[in-house]
Amino acid sequence: MSTVPTELKYTKSHEWVRDDGDGIVTVGITDHAQEALGDIVFVETPELGRIIECDEAVAVVESVKAASDIYAPLAGEVIAANTQLADTPEAINTSPYDLGWILRLRVRDNGAFDTLLDAAAYTQIVAEEG
Amino acid sequence: MGLHTPLFLEHQRLGARMVPFGGWEMPLHYGSQLEEHHAVRREAGMFDVSHMRPIDIDGADATAFLQYMLANDVARLTASGKALYSCLLNEQGGVVDDLIVYSRCNGRYRLVVNAGTAEKDLMWLNAHCSSFAVTIQSRPDLAMIAVQGPEARAKTLPLLPAALRAAAETLAPFFSAELESEQWFIGRTGYTGEDGFELMMPAAQASDLWQALLAAGVKPCGLGARDTLRLEAGMNLYGHDMDDATGPLDAGLEWTVAWQPAEREFIGRAALTARRTDPARRELVGFILIGAGIMRDHQLVLRDGVVVGEITSGGFSPTLERSIALARIETGIDGNYTVDIRGKAVAARLVKPPFVRNGVSRIEL
Repeated sequence: MSTVPTELKYTKSHEWVRDDGDGIVTVGITDHAQEALGDIVFVETPELGRIIECDEAVAVVESVKAASDIYAPLAGEVIAANTQLADTPEAINTSPYDLGWILRLRVRDNGAFDTLLDAAAYTQIVAEEG
Repeated sequence: MGLHTPLFLEHQRLGARMVPFGGWEMPLHYGSQLEEHHAVRREAGMFDVSHMRPIDIDGADATAFLQYMLANDVARLTASGKALYSCLLNEQGGVVDDLIVYSRCNGRYRLVVNAGTAEKDLMWLNAHCSSFAVTIQSRPDLAMIAVQGPEARAKTLPLLPAALRAAAETLAPFFSAELESEQWFIGRTGYTGEDGFELMMPAAQASDLWQALLAAGVKPCGLGARDTLRLEAGMNLYGHDMDDATGPLDAGLEWTVAWQPAEREFIGRAALTARRTDPARRELVGFILIGAGIMRDHQLVLRDGVVVGEITSGGFSPTLERSIALARIETGIDGNYTVDIRGKAVAARLVKPPFVRNGVSRIEL
């Protein structure tokens, strides 16, 4: 069974979102997502300063199997990207919630964070996917 | 739900991620596709290939029938037990399937064909056999395990039936031996670019061999590793690099077409002969990506900014740690190649496959 930390928020498309305070969030993909994708061999991260809308494709994670888009869970500006992933893309497999983080956003609407799924709701979605 | 091989419970026991493939439910990997890939390049790995189909061709006209059906010439199988890779063509010169044909004693043959095409192949063979004295027998009763890697033979030999062991020990590459009384068959063949065996046996005995191989330290490997291994080895995959509409000359397989003797008639010969000098003929080449990213099937290939073809098999090479691909492109003078990866032109270098053989890179990085 994959882990779903309770302190994070989630999307239906299997991204996790961590509230870093001051309107900043960190985004990655969930343990369930990395497990489904298999060994990750390449990550395309966004340029800093890019303004993105909610649900816009903002990064690409390529596993041995296929390329998968990562969607922005919230609208905002990209203020950091995990450049370590260029050399160690497998960090998403081994440490999806920590070393495998993908990008940081300064969110446009602070209140939007609370509209994301909590751990229980996300766990339910994973269970329904079977 | 797909069909299950006789090893389905073994896959479940090992926690394999199962995926549909060619009508079957097969293991994609057992945890890490990369580790499985490396095990085959460095030590030994095993694959359940029971979804592939053995087809036995017997009878007085077996040789003549296969000489008519196959683009390669079974007359080249002068020694009993020898194996040959060939395409089965349609009249238009497209590929119905690619297969291995093993010669057996007394002028008999065994074909091993792809899983998803097995029924189509059987129909095709049966549709053309009426004027030949042959019997065509599908063998779904046999299980198949491929053991591949530098240590594959050493780890497999002690586990074989004693009566087959001596023959297996001295088997030359691309030869087979069998113990007909027990329905065991062994070929020194494979689809990884490494040494090893492909073994066929009665379905009921497959689990015992699988468990014995596991105990001997042979790593179970799924379809994912099978695909990256064959791509590194520069081997074609049916349905990707060639198909019913794309023939061997456009798929890097001219070496498998036996043009001599000129008087041998085989299905597709006329179409292939015309295609040899057709200006529309394309070629299958290898690419290694210079820029960042992973090449995938159907991405466009450009030469000096002009589209000249597309990727037919693209992916990540665990051995070279970068993206490699097979691509079908217009023949022509060399130039600067790029691949369109999600709208970005990423530089790639034209190379001659294989990329990797026997654990060693064949490409200067």
